[in-house]
Amino acid sequence: MKLDTVALVETPEGTDLHADLAGLVPRTLAYAIDLLIRVGIMCALGFLMLFLGEVGMGLYLIVFFVLEWWYPVLFEVYRGGQTLGKKVFNIKVVNEDLTPVALGPSLTRNLLRGADIFPLFYATGCISILMTERFQRLGDLAAGTIVVYCETELYDRTTIEQVEAVTPVHTMSEDQQIAFINFALNKGRMSNDRQQEIAEIVRPRMPLNTSNASDYVRGVGKWLLGAR
Amino acid sequence: MKQLEFERRHSAFWDSMESSLQLSSALEPELLSNFPKDYRRLCQHLAMAKSRRYAAGLITRLNGLVQQGYEALYGQSLNNRASIVEFLIYGFPASLRANATFLWIAAIVFVLPYAAIMIACMVNDQMIYSVIDAGNVRMVESMYDPDLGKLGRERQSDSDIQMFGFYIYNNIGIAFKCFATGIFLGVGSLFVLAFNGLHIGAVSGHLTALGYTETFYPFVIGHGSFELTAIVFSGAAGLMLGFSILAPGAHTRTRALQNAAKDAIKIMYGVFVMLLIAAFIEAFWSSSSTLPNAVKYVVGACLWVFVYYYCFFFAPNRVATYRSQDAA
Repeated sequence: MKLDTVALVETPEGTDLHADLAGLVPRTLAYAIDLLIRVGIMCALGFLMLFLGEVGMGLYLIVFFVLEWWYPVLFEVYRGGQTLGKKVFNIKVVNEDLTPVALGPSLTRNLLRGADIFPLFYATGCISILMTERFQRLGDLAAGTIVVYCETELYDRTTIEQVEAVTPVHTMSEDQQIAFINFALNKGRMSNDRQQEIAEIVRPRMPLNTSNASDYVRGVGKWLLGAR
Repeated sequence: MKQLEFERRHSAFWDSMESSLQLSSALEPELLSNFPKDYRRLCQHLAMAKSRRYAAGLITRLNGLVQQGYEALYGQSLNNRASIVEFLIYGFPASLRANATFLWIAAIVFVLPYAAIMIACMVNDQMIYSVIDAGNVRMVESMYDPDLGKLGRERQSDSDIQMFGFYIYNNIGIAFKCFATGIFLGVGSLFVLAFNGLHIGAVSGHLTALGYTETFYPFVIGHGSFELTAIVFSGAAGLMLGFSILAPGAHTRTRALQNAAKDAIKIMYGVFVMLLIAAFIEAFWSSSSTLPNAVKYVVGACLWVFVYYYCFFFAPNRVATYRSQDAA
């Protein structure tokens, strides 16, 4: 079995769309958050309903039913595939072709929680996620849905606008060029110290008078991108 | 071409695509006519960016744009209200009638244990204890005991609402689980069907043997049509899932499961509505002690006829055409 965390979908135009699949851990944590929210609501409501007697008990059970079976469906259909827990972890439910889920698939995958939860603590679902190529629990398999990360890798050009393009002094392989370019464009969440540390790796191949290693690497990246 | 030059040439186009996709629901008609062409151009840019191994950030941005365009061009728009109503009237019976074999199997697995244990409980008054424990038997007996002066289920409207909530939570939950566990090669559905058949059959037989017929049958006849039928339907929907995995035919097992689930979920929409109706009848009609039994029997019988007429005989041509349109 090929191990890969990328889901590829070929469009009729012949290009591949790609999305990163979410694995067991973020999905479990997202579920835990949803569970906490639901339990929180039920506790608060249970306290209120104490004052309403039997009517309160009836309403309580109806709300319990809605939260158990319809909470994920409503969020997935009307909130772009994200329950509140999934939102926290920046993941969402989509069809296998990466289009948004409609009512049918969402209801299918959520009704089948009744099977995934079997016999305890989603054991069946967890095994299924770990064993399938695209990390699908039984509900996902039946509904044809996958859970993917929302795109976050924003394209930040400000990082290269702050540096001057530098002409490299060595010839570089294609992979090396790509490494320089990616360093130039991806500041990400790295601290300045960490960036310096990474850039220092290529210190032996820098001109001797280079003072700021990360600016140098970024400058070379900018040059490789086509800036002069 | 270097990446920066590529971006310089096309970024205005990407920006315009981005803004038009953001209000894609309100795409102008003249904009719309250009959209497929623009979208293909976007796809070409993505393919070029990938093959030239431009930076990941740029590819991600183009990938996101193509994905939004793909959704706008090929994604299914959410069905409008009219077609939802149309589905509830025609689509649900259409799915039922197309899967009659599963309905028969589910019905047999429910009714046979029901009938067998009912007869057994009528013949032998100890038989019920093999299915239900003594505490619950006593509770059931007291609920329908005509000598207690009032119908055990006689309640104020407050407790009607309580029971309504209970029926929704409990009965619909059972139906949903009966469906879901069908994915285990049908075993779960068969178990839930047989178990409920045994349980309900034992209560019916025991109360009949005790002679509580004047309290028990008027109570159950009203909602039984919707409730028992819906449980059988949910079991049939579960069996469809299990069977698709056992015998996937010309498809892979996953694909066969997905096809079966598409049909089964349509049955489950109907099951959900039927059980809502059943909960309503059970909580607010069946429990009423002011209505004479004759009225309950007549109305109950009409509901049985209505449910089966609607599911299997109503508008055969219209239902059949709905299904063929749906498949197309």
